[in-house]
Amino acid sequence: MRELAAALHKEALLQWRTRVQLAAIFVFGASALLLFSFAIGPNSAALRLHAAGFLWLALLLSSTLSLAESFQSEMEQRAFEGLLLLPASPLALFYGKALSNWLQLVLLGVGLVPVMVVLYDAGTLRLPGLLGVIVLGAAGLAAPGTLYAAMTAQARAKQTLLPLLLFPLVVPVLLAAVKATSLLILGDPMEQARSWALLLVAFDAIHWSLCGLLFGRVVED
Amino acid sequence: MAEPLPRRGPGPALAFVVLGTLLLLAGSILGLAVAPPENFMGDVQRIMYVHVPTAWNAMLAFTFAFGCALLFLFQGGWKWDCRLEAAVEVGVFLAVLLCAQGAIWAKPTWGVWWDWDPRLTTTAVMVFLFTGILALRHFVDDPLKRATWSAVATIIAFVDVPIVYFSVRWWNSLHQLQSSPSTVSSVFHLPLRLNAFGVLFLMIGFITLRTRTAGLRLQGELAPPLPEPAAAPGLVPTRAGA
Repeated sequence: MRELAAALHKEALLQWRTRVQLAAIFVFGASALLLFSFAIGPNSAALRLHAAGFLWLALLLSSTLSLAESFQSEMEQRAFEGLLLLPASPLALFYGKALSNWLQLVLLGVGLVPVMVVLYDAGTLRLPGLLGVIVLGAAGLAAPGTLYAAMTAQARAKQTLLPLLLFPLVVPVLLAAVKATSLLILGDPMEQARSWALLLVAFDAIHWSLCGLLFGRVVED
Repeated sequence: MAEPLPRRGPGPALAFVVLGTLLLLAGSILGLAVAPPENFMGDVQRIMYVHVPTAWNAMLAFTFAFGCALLFLFQGGWKWDCRLEAAVEVGVFLAVLLCAQGAIWAKPTWGVWWDWDPRLTTTAVMVFLFTGILALRHFVDDPLKRATWSAVATIIAFVDVPIVYFSVRWWNSLHQLQSSPSTVSSVFHLPLRLNAFGVLFLMIGFITLRTRTAGLRLQGELAPPLPEPAAAPGLVPTRAGA
């Protein structure tokens, strides 16, 4: 537990020092939301209908930037090898990094919601529900994303590899998060949002445990 | 880890390929010329004789790759990495073939080449997941890292395989449920079984041949570097000449 707290402290410090990067990724996500609207045209009803999909696509695209960057500082001057030499388990390193990435994605998602509301007129009063979906969906992106980012940071063509590995894997997250968000925005008379949230919980439970178990193998030399 | 020396020549693998081709030929002739057309779909149904065996064997190849990944991580041995590479490659080939056959069948039956049905969507996801693993292998130079990472990625990707299999039971799918001898008329059994074993033997043959190729390549990668060639005396830079 102390190891995890130390890893989290290190990640929080890193995130604070590179906060300009998070702001840049947010601007990328917001510009993606702006660009998606050109695919539909100025049809406000259609834009509102597709708002949830666009929000999650913008978050997914932004996540590849933030996840790829998350191991950048460790790769410089072989800092990652130094980390592995510390008397800390790879499990603590993984969960420290994954929790930090999760927090970053939640902040991005929460930041993109007002942009979506303004551009697509897609507001909702069920804000705790929307926050819950963002928290669960971001968790689904963060765990496998952190594991794959640890691999691709050391490979050639890392910018191509990370989305290539991550995108097909997180299709269930995208599907469930888009459906749940859409139901919260457009109305949910049959109370279906809960079942989509449960799918997110199941995906998160499987991948947070599986990726944690396998991370030690990925980083061992 | 022991060196990945292929112990046998390609003979047994080629025997499997020949046997598989013969069975596939026999099954296809029976399916195309002897078996009667299906009541509702007519001749279009005949694609089932290759589509269903391809589906079974694609999943079998990915399951074998998953087993190889587990064995590489928890037991070690380069042979498991070579087998994983071969199984993923053959599995991706079969899965792409499966999607193409499905599209050919879907156009006259459903009216579209593709439908966002759970079975089709999860199969497409499976193809992309395992193609990503092949890409990962291509972009990692260190053999140990390549083997470990692709084993990890295979274990994660394999989560989708049971979802593909059970998708037609879990969701209201346009794709029909899995067939079994009790749901298929007995006149269709023989060509289907011959083709199933034909594709199975072809798959075993191709995986074995591809494992051998992967082993030979890995052997070259793991071999110590060749000594530097001795430079001609006149070309050796000296302090005075510098």
